[in-house]
Amino acid sequence: MAYLIEGETGKWEVVIGMEVHAQVSCNSKLFSGAATAFGAEPNSQVSLIDAAMPGMLPVLNEYVVEQAVRTGLGLKAQVNNMSVFERKNYFYPDLPQGYQISQMVYPIVGKGEIEVDLSDGTTKTIGITRLHLEQDAGKSMHDQHPTKSFVDLNRSGCALMEIVSEPDIRSPEEACAYLNKLRMILRYLGTCDGNMEEGSMRADVNISVRKPGDELGTRAEIKNVNSVKAVQMAIDYEVRRQIELIEDGGTVVQETRLWDPNKGVTRSMRGKEDAHDYRYFPDPDLLPLHVSNDQIESIKATLPELPDDKKHRFMDGYGLSLYDASVLIAERHRADYYETVANDNDTKLAANWVINELLGILNKNEKTLVESPISAEQLAGLIKLISDNTISGKIAKDVFAIMYETGDDADKVVEEKGLKQVTDTGAIEAVIDKVIAANPGQVEAYRGGKDKLFGFFVGQVMKETQGKANPAAVNELLKKKLG
Amino acid sequence: MSDLTNLTIKDALKGLENKDFTSVELTEAHIKAGEAAKDLKCYITETPDQAIEMAKASDAKRAKGDAGLLEGIPLAIKDLFCTNGVQTTAASHILEGFKPQYESTVTANLFAQGSVMLGKANLDEFAMGSSNTTSYFGNVINPWKGADGKDLTPGGSSGGSASAVAARIAMGATGTDTGGSIRQPAAFCGVTGMKPTYGRCSRFGTVAFASSLDQAGTFARTVEDNAIMLRAMAGHDAKDSTSANREVPDFAAAMGGDLKGKKIGIPKEYRVDGMPAEIEKIWEQGIEWMKDAGAEIVDVSLPHTKYALPTYYIIAPAEASSNLARYDGVRYGYRADENILSDMYKKTRAEGFGDEVKRRIMIGTYVLSAGYYDAYYIKAQKVRRLILNDFLAAYEKCDVLLTPTAPSAAFAIGENEDDPIKMYLNDVFTVPASLAGVPGMSVPAGLDANGLPLGLQIIGRPWDEEMVFKVGGALEEAANFTALPHTLAKKAA
Repeated sequence: MAYLIEGETGKWEVVIGMEVHAQVSCNSKLFSGAATAFGAEPNSQVSLIDAAMPGMLPVLNEYVVEQAVRTGLGLKAQVNNMSVFERKNYFYPDLPQGYQISQMVYPIVGKGEIEVDLSDGTTKTIGITRLHLEQDAGKSMHDQHPTKSFVDLNRSGCALMEIVSEPDIRSPEEACAYLNKLRMILRYLGTCDGNMEEGSMRADVNISVRKPGDELGTRAEIKNVNSVKAVQMAIDYEVRRQIELIEDGGTVVQETRLWDPNKGVTRSMRGKEDAHDYRYFPDPDLLPLHVSNDQIESIKATLPELPDDKKHRFMDGYGLSLYDASVLIAERHRADYYETVANDNDTKLAANWVINELLGILNKNEKTLVESPISAEQLAGLIKLISDNTISGKIAKDVFAIMYETGDDADKVVEEKGLKQVTDTGAIEAVIDKVIAANPGQVEAYRGGKDKLFGFFVGQVMKETQGKANPAAVNELLKKKLG
Repeated sequence: MSDLTNLTIKDALKGLENKDFTSVELTEAHIKAGEAAKDLKCYITETPDQAIEMAKASDAKRAKGDAGLLEGIPLAIKDLFCTNGVQTTAASHILEGFKPQYESTVTANLFAQGSVMLGKANLDEFAMGSSNTTSYFGNVINPWKGADGKDLTPGGSSGGSASAVAARIAMGATGTDTGGSIRQPAAFCGVTGMKPTYGRCSRFGTVAFASSLDQAGTFARTVEDNAIMLRAMAGHDAKDSTSANREVPDFAAAMGGDLKGKKIGIPKEYRVDGMPAEIEKIWEQGIEWMKDAGAEIVDVSLPHTKYALPTYYIIAPAEASSNLARYDGVRYGYRADENILSDMYKKTRAEGFGDEVKRRIMIGTYVLSAGYYDAYYIKAQKVRRLILNDFLAAYEKCDVLLTPTAPSAAFAIGENEDDPIKMYLNDVFTVPASLAGVPGMSVPAGLDANGLPLGLQIIGRPWDEEMVFKVGGALEEAANFTALPHTLAKKAA
């Protein structure tokens, strides 16, 4: 279903492209050996290179290159054998060199794609234009002194991957799905922790509107959109703004706008006429970067299974629904957990337990799967007890609750609490006889045609056995006895 | 001039080895000579106390039998090399008072091999100039005097280094050469200067002017002394991605013997219009010497030579405009007192940089600007490739090229100042080798009618400095250049 916005003059289509800056997971910076840990004391992770002292030279971090190649492969993208670092020149106190080393004409990764899942059950492919490596800037701090600004260079020189999408995105939902999927892929690959709160992943959103079938409209670039929710809100606001502007006879100007999360609006940061002339040129301190096909192949050999491949394998191999598979593959750790539980167990039952019971209670307690008091092996043990009729599904929920509290194994809980299911038909028959004898009126009514009363008898038997009777056996024997 | 200050590095090393004198004595003699020659303004910062300390340490090291390649030899260090704890200015107001907390790889190598630092040699501001007059700390004076005793420039940018070696106040000196900054002052001061292949010496810790051209090199009074020094300071450095991972040969060992079987190329394009007859004459003389040494003379063509100067004056300023952006008053060096950020930037850079530096930043910014980049910078890069191809084609036919080093002898201070283009023409013979990244050496070959030294340049194949030293040695022997600068000749008399 196409997402169209109803304006006064008819329906409008939204066209969105995203530029995501993802900080490369690496202990040292793109061109220096300084550390990259988040939250360190200001200016405690700054090398002479990061501070741009006279005579300092950048030396490329090979691990970062490997990470970029890995990401490119994860985005099913063309990895370029030759790329070139260029200087992007501008003045700002948090940019010590007076230029940012980035890649312009020859990025390390070219065209790729990401498959996103949408709420209506469809999937859509969003094109990746390119991925390039660049240095992060430092941070200006304006709240430390009444009249002075301070600069923290800890982030200066950290390695970023700028991942640019094609303008293939057509709704806020697609934009969020794209961002979520991209983050998922980066986390799977271990190339970026995707932590938007800490700024290790930041998004710029390019937005324009047009009447369906028209040429592309003029776009505005929205910066400072630092959560998935903010992406949704910023797009909603900006699309409205542009439509109203055009319908009121105005024109959208190409500009950079800033998302203000407090006021919930975008506002103009700088227009096209104020755009910098960055005077890009190849950095003469660095040689062109060559990555051989052999290097690419050897990195490819270490790639983990990617989310979409895993999703399809879960659906085809384990018989899971798209929804269940999507939930389970959302995090690599979650998928691994599930597979441990599903190993030697009913795969669908395992999915139900992981998604509905475990994730449910963790979510309620605001815990993550890593913090789960029940290990995957323990949950697998519980499900095994259901499958081999040691306990019923209902009892299993009680056992699960105890396991969550105590961290004990299912076997132990069942043993200690005496929750083993009664499958001995003789014992069940005795209980049934007792129930029939105690409820002559109901027996008469049932036999007179009130079929619904069957459930009453089942309930009574279960109550007598404290739920431990095997439900199938109870059903079968009850039917026989009630005739 | 004492005997000690007149020694070559080679002989001084022998004397130290034979315990004829100590490094402390050798160093003190040079410090004393330097004090007597203060009016030449060779140094921006003198480090006599540190020099004595280093000399003492060197004597101790030698006593332990642990002598390096330059053990105990006092040198001048161009003030473009960052030196730990010692003011490093690049001859600019914007870096006045800046004391690095790190050592350049070149000086670290030299010190590891036992050399002693006498001081930080004066230069053109950020190595931009051919006359040393752009230094914020006052221009260096050439120990050779013009007619009527007129003060002459030592050339540039490594003018302090060349002048110090010529005046016998340092046994050798480091220089950097971006478009001729070693070779031209060497010619002007009557000493030998060597710019090795781009990538032979690390650029780490050297204040950058134009990264793709900057190359550290040497000054000394003999070809062999240059060879000894270069071996001590060259080598691969993981901290400079453009430094070459190659073995450093024993350059001096390549010297000696005749030039039989060697081919000396004479590029016809270097016969420029209006070249003074005396330059023409010394070149012809050089060709004869080569023949006498047994070499074969080959006419070669470097057809793109005429584009070298304009190409250089696009690429070098482009890189400089970006390299000098870090001098913004935020972290180190000079900062103008202003409350608004953009005002602080503007005033800091307006007051911190001299005119020539500003001129080149403006040129560089212009050629990199949107709309001009392709026409200037990209075009210049293409021409640069053609210039390299010219050299490579020429080396199919010959082993080295022989050319004049500069189109004139040293000129008076203040001359050529009115016209930057005229000043830029000083580099017409040195710039092509810089663009090609190939090694070049200037050897003093004779005197002009005014008694001023003239140099000849030997340009070699990439990484074949050994051949340059060999041919340079033969040229030096033939030229037998023994004339002393006027300041010394006067004292000797």
